[in-house]
Amino acid sequence: MDFQSCVKINREWDIVGARQIGREHAKKIGFGTVDQARIATAISELARNIYLYADTGKICFEIINEIDRKGLWILAVDNGPGIADISQVMEDGFSTSGGLGAGLPGVKRLMDQFDIISETGKGTEIRTVKWVRK
Amino acid sequence: MNKVNLDLENYRKLLKQYMITQDEKALYQAEQFTKLSMQHNISPEEIVNVHIQALKEIYPDLPKEIDDSMSFLLEAMISYGLAYQEFQSLREKQLELKSEISVAANMQQTLLSTVKPSIRGLDIGATSIPANQMSGDYYHFVKDNEDTLGIAIADVIGKGVPAALSMSMIKYSMDSFPLSQRNPSAILENLNRVVERNVDPSMFITMFYGLYDPKTSVFQYSSAGHEPGFYYNAKMDKFDEIKAKGLVLGVSNDTVYQQYELEINKGDMIILLTDGVTECRLADRFIERDEVLDVIKKFTHLPAQEAVEQVYKYFERLQDFQLRDDFTLIIIKKDV
Repeated sequence: MDFQSCVKINREWDIVGARQIGREHAKKIGFGTVDQARIATAISELARNIYLYADTGKICFEIINEIDRKGLWILAVDNGPGIADISQVMEDGFSTSGGLGAGLPGVKRLMDQFDIISETGKGTEIRTVKWVRK
Repeated sequence: MNKVNLDLENYRKLLKQYMITQDEKALYQAEQFTKLSMQHNISPEEIVNVHIQALKEIYPDLPKEIDDSMSFLLEAMISYGLAYQEFQSLREKQLELKSEISVAANMQQTLLSTVKPSIRGLDIGATSIPANQMSGDYYHFVKDNEDTLGIAIADVIGKGVPAALSMSMIKYSMDSFPLSQRNPSAILENLNRVVERNVDPSMFITMFYGLYDPKTSVFQYSSAGHEPGFYYNAKMDKFDEIKAKGLVLGVSNDTVYQQYELEINKGDMIILLTDGVTECRLADRFIERDEVLDVIKKFTHLPAQEAVEQVYKYFERLQDFQLRDDFTLIIIKKDV
């Protein structure tokens, strides 16, 4: 799939840029304030992971327009070291950054769909979707 | 009191009531609202959102600065919401683990259960209380056709689940030894080989094995580094340590255990225990062995079972009802 817009994550301030673009998309689709804030927080977590562990990567956005529902698709791709034990990073209470409730389990909670593919030495790809509440 | 409704309309009413009256009743209802929200896993950012909506309904001309500042608060609450949800899910997991361990503890109790035998001329009391749900202590009685009594008492260094798993192994190894093999030293030597082969090198097991023959009134015993028990000589009215040398189980596969003998006469007593008794911690220090013996002496006039239970109760209270190690105590009195 060709994504409408991508933000490269190289420096910490790129995280802010990614949040900004994500929020604009979310507003346009019709997400409420609470969900906008959740989407922005999820983007922060994804972008921070790239910034902290992978040096470079990108966050991409795609608006989903289906007959009966609308949503925002967020993709986070990096060429970092990859995640050897995905089950472990998806476990509550396991966070290398030490934050409460943060990390990938947090992203999964904030969003509606979550998928992750990672290969050691090659990188990680996280696909996640949030649907507009009717 | 009205039932608290978990909806915007209700929150708006409460807020309005409070804005007008600054009434304690509205605050109390707000508290109920929060509790109900938590029960329904409503996160803090949603409450802030409900607040913003209600505020806008009550004050349609809400200044933009206030509105913006409320959105700022909402953003700031998102991470608290996530941490709260994580906490909830960890709490559920903890409950699951707890019930899993309690199933295991029940199973352990069934596996390690032993029947206190009745042997003519002997009054036997035994108790074993784990510090946590699962025990790393173990005691076992074996009575054979000739009325001899075998007594095993063991302690895994460490406690909890790993210790408990090792204990099951000891019990089943012992069950597999032939009845004809009753020599304490031979039993420890065989168990030592089993432990050496099967248990992690960082784990040690101490054990005492005794064999009493009522026909000769002789008590034979060997020890694998186990906490020494006490022997009460009634004739001399004197308590002595039951000293026995021997390496803990599992260190080397060819350890040899020395066997000792005591003649037990009328009124004599044998007291066996684990270090959960002797290393009972008081506020700032470990209790001394002499003090332990003093406590035991206080209760030895009672029937053996009552005595071990009273000693346990005494130490439990001394440690503020928080056992730090598994506690096992056996008292054997010769009546006749």
